[in-house]
Amino acid sequence: MAMTIKVDVVSAEGEIFSGSANRVFAPAEMGDVGILPRHAPMLSKLKPGEVLVEMDGEDQHIFVSGGILEVQPSGVTVLADTAIRAKDLDEAAAEEAKQRAQEAMENASTDLDIAKAQIQMAESIAQLAMISKLRDKLSHQGLGR
Amino acid sequence: MASGKEIRSKIGSVKNTQKITKAMEMVAASKMRRAQERMQSTRPYADKLRQVISHLSNAHPEYKHSFTQERDVKRAGYIVVSSDRGLCGGLNVNVFKEVLKAIKEDQSNGIEVDLCLIGSKAASFFKGVGGNVVASVADLGDKPHITDLIGAVKVMLDAFEDGKIDRLSLASNEFASAIAQKPTVAQLIPTVASEDESLKHHWDYIYEPEAKDVLDELMTRYIEGQVFQGVVENVACEQAARMMAMKNASDNAGTVIKELQLAYNKARQAAITQELSEIVAGAAAVS
Repeated sequence: MAMTIKVDVVSAEGEIFSGSANRVFAPAEMGDVGILPRHAPMLSKLKPGEVLVEMDGEDQHIFVSGGILEVQPSGVTVLADTAIRAKDLDEAAAEEAKQRAQEAMENASTDLDIAKAQIQMAESIAQLAMISKLRDKLSHQGLGR
Repeated sequence: MASGKEIRSKIGSVKNTQKITKAMEMVAASKMRRAQERMQSTRPYADKLRQVISHLSNAHPEYKHSFTQERDVKRAGYIVVSSDRGLCGGLNVNVFKEVLKAIKEDQSNGIEVDLCLIGSKAASFFKGVGGNVVASVADLGDKPHITDLIGAVKVMLDAFEDGKIDRLSLASNEFASAIAQKPTVAQLIPTVASEDESLKHHWDYIYEPEAKDVLDELMTRYIEGQVFQGVVENVACEQAARMMAMKNASDNAGTVIKELQLAYNKARQAAITQELSEIVAGAAAVS
């Protein structure tokens, strides 16, 4: 039997996937990475994109909007983000919490709106890319539209 | 003695109150079940994060993150988790008591304290008591989202990195069971390293892009994850505590109704007896 690797994909809201796979592909920040069993320990940031878990039967496609990837000889752990985050946004959120502490709430600034919109756009682009990739694959197999 | 009519209206009002508390009990019971499920579903994330952190504490990275290093404590930070609503027994007060005890101990050691408050009950409590509040969030609702916490947690993490605070603790309720909630104050940073024998040999991760970037992100996520888990657990605690408080209130209302009913019956009987004796006396006077 071929070697497999244990894969756990979790987010703050709950467990997304857990099982063993032949290969795992993840959108690491420096470029996509493919992980085979007995990979060296690795710790990497993830960017918005698709985590592909290759199994014997069916492949699993999981969309992540960022997070952290840990590789141990014993298995792969993907700590996926569900929260939209970016430096500006975090900064803005911190500022907001401070302001609330001072009980002086101000309306959200336009900078914040732009940052939010940009992140949403980046996410939707990544999501769209994944969808179109899936569609290509399906049409290749003669299943798509 | 109060008249029959007065007692009857009193019974009516207590019964109405009992109806409300009973309804609240049932609502809290169903909400507790859902909150418990949510608590369970967020647990894998916190567990995995803790696992990665413990792997990391056994690795030999070229870069040591500031969150893992102990330093002299001159100022401490506390993140206090509370509920947004009342009527849940001593839940919040128990946590506040623990926090006040910890603050007192710190102050006797000459340590100043900064507070980060989650939930509106903590905000109103520490407004009355006093204390240096640097951040607060409220109105998280029954389904708290991690996005709502990022800002408040970041204030504390930044304070730690800037050297404004030298220790950060989390105070919240631990969900022991549906009838028991345990107030706890646990240290978040500096992180407490755990031992794992299987990872004792010398090794390190491949970091992408840079050790510093990855570790910064990971540590932030770890603390946020811990706080989020605390908040989710606190919601389950809140519902459980409310369920118990409302059950007690309904039971107490039952006893009050019983006592009032007894008083009412006695008053009614006394009135009948008096009326009878008046009739008999009247008849005797006529004949």
